[in-house]
Amino acid sequence: MTVFDDELQKLKEKLLRMGSLVEDAVKNSVTALVERDNALAELVIDNDRLVNTLDVEIDEESIRLIALRQPMASDLRFITMAMKITTDMERMGDLAVNIAERALELNAEPVLKPYIDIPKMREIAQGMIRDALNAFVKRDKKIAVDVILRDDKVDDLKHDVLQELAIFMVQDPTTVSRAMKISFVATYLERIADHATNIAEMVIYLVEGKIIRHMVPPAEEK
Amino acid sequence: MEVPVVLEQIELRVKGLNFYYSGVVHALKQINLPIYSNQVTALIGPSGCGKTTLLRCFNRMHDLYPGNRYEGEIYFVKDNILSPETDLISLRSRIGMVFQKPTPFPMSIFDNIAYGLKLKGIKKRLELSERVEKALVHAALWEEVKDKLNASAYDLSGGQQQRLVIARALAVDPEVLLFDEPTSALDPISTAKIEELTATLKKEVTIIIVTHNMQQAARISDRTGFMMLGELIEFGITNRIFTAPSEKLTEDYVTGRFG
Repeated sequence: MTVFDDELQKLKEKLLRMGSLVEDAVKNSVTALVERDNALAELVIDNDRLVNTLDVEIDEESIRLIALRQPMASDLRFITMAMKITTDMERMGDLAVNIAERALELNAEPVLKPYIDIPKMREIAQGMIRDALNAFVKRDKKIAVDVILRDDKVDDLKHDVLQELAIFMVQDPTTVSRAMKISFVATYLERIADHATNIAEMVIYLVEGKIIRHMVPPAEEK
Repeated sequence: MEVPVVLEQIELRVKGLNFYYSGVVHALKQINLPIYSNQVTALIGPSGCGKTTLLRCFNRMHDLYPGNRYEGEIYFVKDNILSPETDLISLRSRIGMVFQKPTPFPMSIFDNIAYGLKLKGIKKRLELSERVEKALVHAALWEEVKDKLNASAYDLSGGQQQRLVIARALAVDPEVLLFDEPTSALDPISTAKIEELTATLKKEVTIIIVTHNMQQAARISDRTGFMMLGELIEFGITNRIFTAPSEKLTEDYVTGRFG
């Protein structure tokens, strides 16, 4: 293995570490909400520092590799996409923090309703993050396309959650504050899934050198 | 913004080219390749891949040694330059060549450039002066030498000598310039000057460059051909070759993971 391959491997490992931190943050933030666990919510907020540190480190390392190694072809695509992916992952981390903050607020009030769709959204979004990152490091287009297709399910669930909460708010105005906060959580999860979709789209560029952003979804390729 | 449609024209077309050194060493194998007018085409590949051999076919340099043999065709506009009827003197003034090491003649700066013009029958002092100045301006050397045109060409630095050689080739109004690693013996600043020069020169001539420096090919060329073991593995838009090549061999070479 050349020194450069070794450096690329280290960059890949950092991306995976950042990905698993973000995945944990998403999982824990929703658990903190569902199980009314304030300590877990605080942990998510606190751990975001680690995600931010990796965001900066990966950017610096990528810039260094571009300057010193002048990467070409698939190496160039890998490094430039690594820099873009950290932006999406850092945003996902921030959204998990937002969920944790809403959890702390909601945990201080009586339970409005049992959470059913939100854990489902969390499960899908979390799987999308994991698979998008895996697709990236394995340069696997098939997994990436599958991630992109799963985004619709999260959008549908968010729609259902907002509809249900709207009924609560209309029927009993004292629920408005809590219902709004829960609908924010649904929106955050939906955005997390969007960021995972962005990463999956970058995998297509990484593998094929073709930018599919802002194009029709690759449904027919499945 | 309205983008003007520029039709790409082909200056040279290589068809089924095979080349044998001394009649036996099969150095080029079935090369097919278009060279587009007013573009820079770079040929890259590992040592011994045949890129310089291919470059030297375009002005029949191989004819200087006995026993070398071409098969196939290279069309220059509509004439096959590999045909035995080709007038090599005329061909080499229409398709000029610049080598790795600067090759100025042992004479003054002015005479270096006037030499080819005199061979073409231009005798009038005034016309010679005009053509020499024009060539030096085109090669971005005029400002540095205009006050010492009678000095020996050997007084110039390596980078200046290389631009002088380019000026000498330009003086006889070539249609194509062949560059054989023109900057490998130059320092980075002289290299940058030659690279800048290719961008202006291509407005008037078609350039084919052989280079060992992949970044150089990426910086200055419009199209790139990657060769290996006498074969053209991939040919395409330079941007594509260096960001997303189609062939695994090209990928391995441009990312430095060769072999």
